Amino acid sequence: MIKYFKPGVFFLSTIPFLFIFYKIYFNKLGPEPVKEITHFTGEWTLIFICLTLSMTPLKRLTNLTMWVSFRRMLGLFVFFYASLHLLTYIGIDYRFNWQPIFDDVFKKKYIFIGFAAWVLLIPLAITSSQKMIKLLKNNWKRLHRLIYMIAIFGSLHYIWLSKTIFFKPLVYLVIILVLLALRIKIKKRDVNYG
Amino acid sequence: MKKIKYSEITPEKVYLNRRSFIKSIGLSAGSAALTSIPFINHARSNEENKLTSYKDITTYNNYYEFGTSKSDPYINSQQFKTTPWTISIEGEVEKPIKLSMDEITETFISEERIYRLRCVEGWSMVIPWMGFSLSELLSKVNPTSKAKFIEFESVYDPEQMKGQRYPVLNWPYKEGLRIDEAMHPLTTVVTGLYGKRLPNQNGAPLRIFTPWKYGFKSAKAIVKIKFVEKMPTSSWMWASPREYGFYSNVNPNVNHPRWSQATERVIGNDIFAPRVKTLMFNGYGDEVANLYTGMDLKKYF
Repeated sequence: MIKYFKPGVFFLSTIPFLFIFYKIYFNKLGPEPVKEITHFTGEWTLIFICLTLSMTPLKRLTNLTMWVSFRRMLGLFVFFYASLHLLTYIGIDYRFNWQPIFDDVFKKKYIFIGFAAWVLLIPLAITSSQKMIKLLKNNWKRLHRLIYMIAIFGSLHYIWLSKTIFFKPLVYLVIILVLLALRIKIKKRDVNYG
Repeated sequence: MKKIKYSEITPEKVYLNRRSFIKSIGLSAGSAALTSIPFINHARSNEENKLTSYKDITTYNNYYEFGTSKSDPYINSQQFKTTPWTISIEGEVEKPIKLSMDEITETFISEERIYRLRCVEGWSMVIPWMGFSLSELLSKVNPTSKAKFIEFESVYDPEQMKGQRYPVLNWPYKEGLRIDEAMHPLTTVVTGLYGKRLPNQNGAPLRIFTPWKYGFKSAKAIVKIKFVEKMPTSSWMWASPREYGFYSNVNPNVNHPRWSQATERVIGNDIFAPRVKTLMFNGYGDEVANLYTGMDLKKYF
């Protein structure tokens, strides 16, 4: 039974991609199609960040180790959707016109932090294989704590690009903060129990 | 002049056909039908001046009183009551007045005014509004010598306006203009679009439209027009003075901290359509640049 879970999670994770592909193909993106794709891929990146961060707390809550086995795949989907998001912005919105893109990255803090988050995802994606885990040993764990920073960056990216923090940007911030706070607790317990 | 009745509603298709017919019989005949106000932005190609579809204009709105997402206003405003409606013109005037919406539609003749709308978020539309110059309405009162600015106040009704139940903005929505800006013939009181009554999600029953300023300057569902001495603080200035200035003229050279103002996306174009260059004063520089002679527009953004 459990062996079907992983392919199942993989399939579910591709649904947003298939959905946006369908919308592009059948021209169902509404009045501002480029923004629609940008926002869609951006929001799904945040959702996958939250899902990835939920696995460890879920393991503790349910006492099932199974959750952790989805973590890498979900993390790679974060990278996948983040890359689609970036490509939409660079390729479709600005059509690889680099000057305004460079201006944006350095002049607009929300773009800077969003871009930084994507750059930080690269080493995580590269070192996600079993081999790399063995190779990096303890450093692997340290390196992959970057996801906490990426999550905060992603949330700030959303807050800063929105006119007001209400409501969605706030919701994602709260979810991410809760997921991070749960980890502080876990760590304390580890200490207590030696 | 003939007053346009709302019963004479023209379907969008017929409307567009008629327009292309006018175009086809030649520019002179077409422009003869228009008044001296420069409706169309001549600095752009015809393609870029193509009217935005009725559907896009009425389903893609920023109207936070009805919700913060673009589709919210259409969804949440359909039950909004716009009758009876009274507008009060007050403040630094000799005799404040109150006008009902019926009085306004009877007194002032709405004409078609095709203006470009540039949103501060970096998108634009071309909208065939129905309306008349605000100066006509303001001439109904005699301002005192203290009157320097106009403050617009939108309706406050959290019962009907979902968005106002939350502190998204400092409700009621407020906007303002300098008197000379308010008296400029391009500054329009809007009562309709596409020859139809103004839909609720576009600011019914009555809104302002200043085509050379970012869209948020054009307050919707107005209940109060106040002559004031000091520069009013608009709701957006209140929310973030660094981002939203009082003037908020469309200016490709002044960057908003979040959105590039150098270019814009034209609503209704497909995903492969490039951005177009944003024009100073949204292309209405010939008409309005003289209002700002000698002013540092980077400072007074």
